[in-house]
Amino acid sequence: MTTYIPLADQPSELHDPHTFIAKYVWSQDHKVIAIQYGSTAVFVGLIALVLSGLMRLQLGYPGTFAFIDPSDYYQFVTMHGMIMVIYLLTALFLGGFGNYLIPLQIGARDMVFPYLNMLSYWFYLLSVIILLASFFVHGGPTGAGWTLYPPQAILRGTPGADMGIILMLLSLAVFIVAFTMGGLNYVTTVLQARTHGMTLMRMPLAVWGIFVATILGLFAFPALFVSAIMMTFDKLIGTSFFMPAVTSLGTNLENSGGSPILFQHLFWFFGHPEVYIVALPAFGLVSDVLSTHARKNIFGYRMMVWAIVAIGALSFIVWAHHMYVSGMNPYFGFFFAFTTLIIAVPTAIKVYNWVLTLWHGNIRMTVPMLFAMGFIFTFIHGGLTGIFLGNVTVDLPLSDTYFVVAHFHMVMGVSPVMVLFAAIYHWFPKMSGKMFNVTLGKIHFWATFLGTYAIYLPMHYLGLLGVPRRYFAIGTTDFIPESAQQLNANITQAALFVGVMQLVFIFNIIYSLARGPKADGNPWEATSLEWQTPDTPPHHGNWGEKLPVVYRWAYEYSVPGVKADFVPQNIPPEEVEMLPGAGKYVDRSEVHG
Amino acid sequence: MPFIIAIVLLVIASVALHLLSPWYMTPIASNWQSIDNTIDITFWVTGFVFVTVNLFMAYAVYRFRYRRDRRAKYEPENKKLEAWLTVATSVGVAAMLAPGLFVWADFVEVPQDAHEVEAIGQQWQWSFRYPGADGVMGAADARFVTAENPFGMDEDDPAGRDDILVSAQEMHLPVNRPVKMLLRSKDVLHDFAVAQFRVKMDLVPGSVTYMWLTPTLIGSYDILCEELCGLGHFVMRGVVVVDDEATYNSWLATQPTYAQTLAQADGDPAQGQPSYAVCAACHGVNGEGNVALNAPKLAGQEDWYLRRQLNYFKTGVRGTHADDVYGAQMRPMAGTLATDDMVANVAAYIAAMPDMPAPDTITGDIANGQALFEPTCGVCHSERGEGIWAVNAPKLAGMSDWYLVRQLQNFKSGVRGVHPDDEYGFQMTSMVQALADDSAINDVVAYINTLDAQ
Amino acid sequence: MNPLRALFEKPWQRTPQTADGLSVEHSQALEHPPQKTALMFFLGVVGVLFGLFITAYFVRMELDDWRPMPESQLLWINTVLLFFGSVVLQWTHSRLKHGEASSVKAGLLLGGLLTLGFVYGQFAAWQDMRAAGYYMYNNPANSFFYVLTGIHALHMLGGLWVWTRAGIRVWSGTAPEKVGLAVELCAVYWHFLLLVWLVLFALLSYT
Ligand code: HEA
Ligand code: HEA
Ligand code: CUA
Ligand SMILES: [Cu+2]
Repeated sequence: MTTYIPLADQPSELHDPHTFIAKYVWSQDHKVIAIQYGSTAVFVGLIALVLSGLMRLQLGYPGTFAFIDPSDYYQFVTMHGMIMVIYLLTALFLGGFGNYLIPLQIGARDMVFPYLNMLSYWFYLLSVIILLASFFVHGGPTGAGWTLYPPQAILRGTPGADMGIILMLLSLAVFIVAFTMGGLNYVTTVLQARTHGMTLMRMPLAVWGIFVATILGLFAFPALFVSAIMMTFDKLIGTSFFMPAVTSLGTNLENSGGSPILFQHLFWFFGHPEVYIVALPAFGLVSDVLSTHARKNIFGYRMMVWAIVAIGALSFIVWAHHMYVSGMNPYFGFFFAFTTLIIAVPTAIKVYNWVLTLWHGNIRMTVPMLFAMGFIFTFIHGGLTGIFLGNVTVDLPLSDTYFVVAHFHMVMGVSPVMVLFAAIYHWFPKMSGKMFNVTLGKIHFWATFLGTYAIYLPMHYLGLLGVPRRYFAIGTTDFIPESAQQLNANITQAALFVGVMQLVFIFNIIYSLARGPKADGNPWEATSLEWQTPDTPPHHGNWGEKLPVVYRWAYEYSVPGVKADFVPQNIPPEEVEMLPGAGKYVDRSEVHG
Repeated sequence: MPFIIAIVLLVIASVALHLLSPWYMTPIASNWQSIDNTIDITFWVTGFVFVTVNLFMAYAVYRFRYRRDRRAKYEPENKKLEAWLTVATSVGVAAMLAPGLFVWADFVEVPQDAHEVEAIGQQWQWSFRYPGADGVMGAADARFVTAENPFGMDEDDPAGRDDILVSAQEMHLPVNRPVKMLLRSKDVLHDFAVAQFRVKMDLVPGSVTYMWLTPTLIGSYDILCEELCGLGHFVMRGVVVVDDEATYNSWLATQPTYAQTLAQADGDPAQGQPSYAVCAACHGVNGEGNVALNAPKLAGQEDWYLRRQLNYFKTGVRGTHADDVYGAQMRPMAGTLATDDMVANVAAYIAAMPDMPAPDTITGDIANGQALFEPTCGVCHSERGEGIWAVNAPKLAGMSDWYLVRQLQNFKSGVRGVHPDDEYGFQMTSMVQALADDSAINDVVAYINTLDAQ
Repeated sequence: MNPLRALFEKPWQRTPQTADGLSVEHSQALEHPPQKTALMFFLGVVGVLFGLFITAYFVRMELDDWRPMPESQLLWINTVLLFFGSVVLQWTHSRLKHGEASSVKAGLLLGGLLTLGFVYGQFAAWQDMRAAGYYMYNNPANSFFYVLTGIHALHMLGGLWVWTRAGIRVWSGTAPEKVGLAVELCAVYWHFLLLVWLVLFALLSYT
């Protein structure tokens, strides 16, 4: 076969689409697709947010809001969890930011398979529609909890056990197809479409995080796919993959021999990596934000990359820490407690390096920076509570209590969401060419940061008391004091407050898009490629005539002797302006190690 | 600046909350003090990390806040520092993990002298089984479960004969004796959790799971189900009473063995007839009920439900609340049924009566009633309101609708269902919360009226 | 490029010692068509998918109600068909590589037909099983038989879709060299699915 020319050297055969439809609807431009992914995700995210508000109303003021009956509640909880984890965060981080940033940050004109990329979005949209459809079928959406444990999930006695669960499984299957199409695209693009000089270790950490998260997704989602298929057959055809012989509300079923635990293993083999699919992109994005606004190179870049890879690898051998009290062979506990706590070490390194990036920095307190540092604080908190749960003995009393709920909200519902906002504010000028309103941004930050902490810090103590999760109402027990109910009410107030304050964000975005002041191409004086595009927002094809050439890593901040406190990746060494008497930039060989 | 202050304050607040919070683990009542200790160690290590790392960040942000004239330092990495931090962290992790694993080793190894007790879970109630004289549990399986054999006992296994079956929501344990809890489920996943014992474990249908503990404190503690098991998950409650040896044994002696439950003849209608004469005065000869006398229709109701309610009236579980006027009238009547056999016979007699749907007296928004009934009430009382023995939910369709209304009101206002010995009252008092007001109640009952058209 | 060594590059150094001492402007990007990389990852995904099914199979097998199915002779024939299908595709590919475009049409056609034969054969095997009263819900062994063969067949059909598109291009007169990549990818994919099938077949017949 004819010898192959690296993508970066191939002539771009992107022909600008002209019709509106081709440009913005059936678009194959990674930037448009990113926006499509992003806005769809935020839309469902807001639905999930409203659901959480309703849940909080019930929990804070049980009996007051009679329009929420128990079955509604369980459906809300399930949909809330599922939407937030899969349809909001996974889609927004990978489909949204992945799509937007990968080509721009590695200096490509687009994803390598634009058509597949487009398909990916439309499949995602389809899965969302199927998901939302389940709200309107007889019996409503499934109320089996986002973990969908059988036998419960497919038996009468669980809300939505007839149509709801089927639509849920179908929607997930479609989502997985969509993700696989997108994922193959992301990894291939990263591996092959990097421009001249963009070695792996010169990529911004954002790309690294997204890259590794995508690989996790590619290999983790099949587990969900497999369990979804088998459960669908158990439900529809009456097979017994997961169904033992049971009697459901007085009628003995045909099934026999199936293993519910098997489902749990499959689910968590997907489920645990999934939480890092959410976390790793956040790690990456936040690293870039921190470094940029601290005007300092990310500390220990190589360690950061290795940590991402290590965490990714480890996350495949810790899944059963969700099953300590599931009735699986208790001896597994030793192994999984060990591996689980090992993960704390690479994660710790990342935390340290973020903080050390601030050290000796020159920190600009911009809105994205505030959110980024809010992330560090909340992530440390959430991560540390994870250590409690990971330590199998400690998990015995805490499992399935609000301590778990508090843990994963702090570490997933708050910290990555902080990064989400940080990233949105950070890249908004590039995506829209407009600058957002800083005051509104700060209001949004303080409300969300303090508000969410006020929600979840107390929740840990409900958990320590022993308040179980997934309870429509606690009722009266002999060990939960009255004051706990009061606490619940306060948590609800905080939650509603935070929820409402998101409107400030929405308003800020919409207002700035329409009326915001024009932003120039590189408002944060950042080094990475996406800020060096010829036009802002970048046009189809990103780079105009010639692809950029990369001469250095993405963290060339505050280099001694250089005039500016940042050196973009694509400026030829000889063109770097030096301070008088500092010698030539090119000649200066290494500073450190 | 505000950010730095915020971080410092948040750190202080978090620590303060932890030290001062009235919300913490309930006093322990089992041998698992070691678990609490592990938690304390974890709190110390993580607390230290939390405070130092965050304060350090706050300080960094303060010390290196933006100044035009300042420049950040260019330091790509610092191998030594990173190595040290890694080691320190690993030590911290080990300090938490090591003790944890030792305790876990205790937990998985059940002591030899532990006696066995079985907790059986089903949607949404508990029942319990004790091995009986021979000290071994007979075989049992969900596939044997029937109305007559709710425990799913295997008839062919002699070892099961003397097993002691406790169908109430209350179990007893002797203090200071290690017990191995065998956990079995008839339908879906459940979880046997007692906060004061610290340990918990899922019940998995198709297999028997276990956990062990030694109760160390006499008293009674709530059993909560902590694995989502459907609509009634949050009302699946039981009680474990920890007694001294003597009290425990005398309690155990009062519980029927499997053999006895088999021997127990079910009521004989013929013998029930004479005793029913008393009831007939109010409830009518055919048990059709009488609004004027506030006596509900009885005909058509399941005998297991009638038996339970008659006993409730006898023992004062029902009809003792100050505002339960008609219940108070019923108590002495029930009292006339001296023995359990008499109760059984009357119940049998009533159950055998011809069942005519009661006249409709309640009107309401049927559509709304259906919307309220189907997702909630319908699950236990069945979509058609015929009742389901397995969840102890009585028949509703075709019964006196005015009576249903009053009972729903009673459950809502706490006139009925709040007595500690009312086994399933708690479930109803919780579920009626979904009925906002009397009009909602009327709607539901109006819908139930439409169900009796067989 | 050697990925492991690449990970040890010190990117902040002005004159980076990239793994193989390449020039700064070199990006270390992989030097083969992206479709290959994508396929490799996809094979990984499919591998995990079947890997998990097989794991589930073994776990479920241990449980008491497992009744193995009788082996259907048809499967042997199908296996042979698929085997030759992938051999033919491989042959077509290598011929193309040596610039002999003549045999493309024949090769594609034959390989595809053999594969279609395989898929149909699998379907026929289902019919036999059901005729013999082995329904999907009778027993977990049956359930797995239908699911595994079904999923595998679906992947086969996916391959045939690519094959069709390649075919259309050839017959509509595209220069055979241009479909070289498509043919190569098909060949690889076929080998992989053949491998998967052999594993499944062994699993189904020896347990
Ligand atoms: C983004 C998502 C995310 C992340 C990153 C994590 C991170 C971790 N999680 Fe969490 N987790 C969830 C999302 C996440 N989790 C979800 C959604 C659930 C619930 C699912 C459900 O049941 O519905 C869950 C549940 C869950 C459980 C099951 C609890 C139960 O159901 O009983 C466990 C148990 O081991 C656990 C452990 C951990 C651990 C050890 C980490 C570690 O990775 C944390 C590592 C980080 C740190 C440790 C902090 C930083 C480190 C330092 C500051 C250095 C110093 C540290 C030490 C010296 C220790 N998590
Ligand atoms: C990313 C994941 C995520 C997020 C953001 C949230 C956000 C919230 N969650 Fe939830 N939650 C889950 C994931 C998440 N949750 C999961 C997995 C479960 C388990 C389900 C199960 O048990 O099956 C759960 C369960 C759960 C429970 C336990 C219910 C029970 O066990 O009975 C509760 C109770 O208070 C709760 C409350 C809230 C509240 C008040 C919020 C928030 O309102 C708090 C405030 C946070 C914000 C306001 C930021 C949110 C921003 C967005 C959502 C993006 C929207 C888009 C834009 C505005 C850009 N959630
Ligand atoms: Cu039983 Cu929850
Ligand atoms: Cu996990």
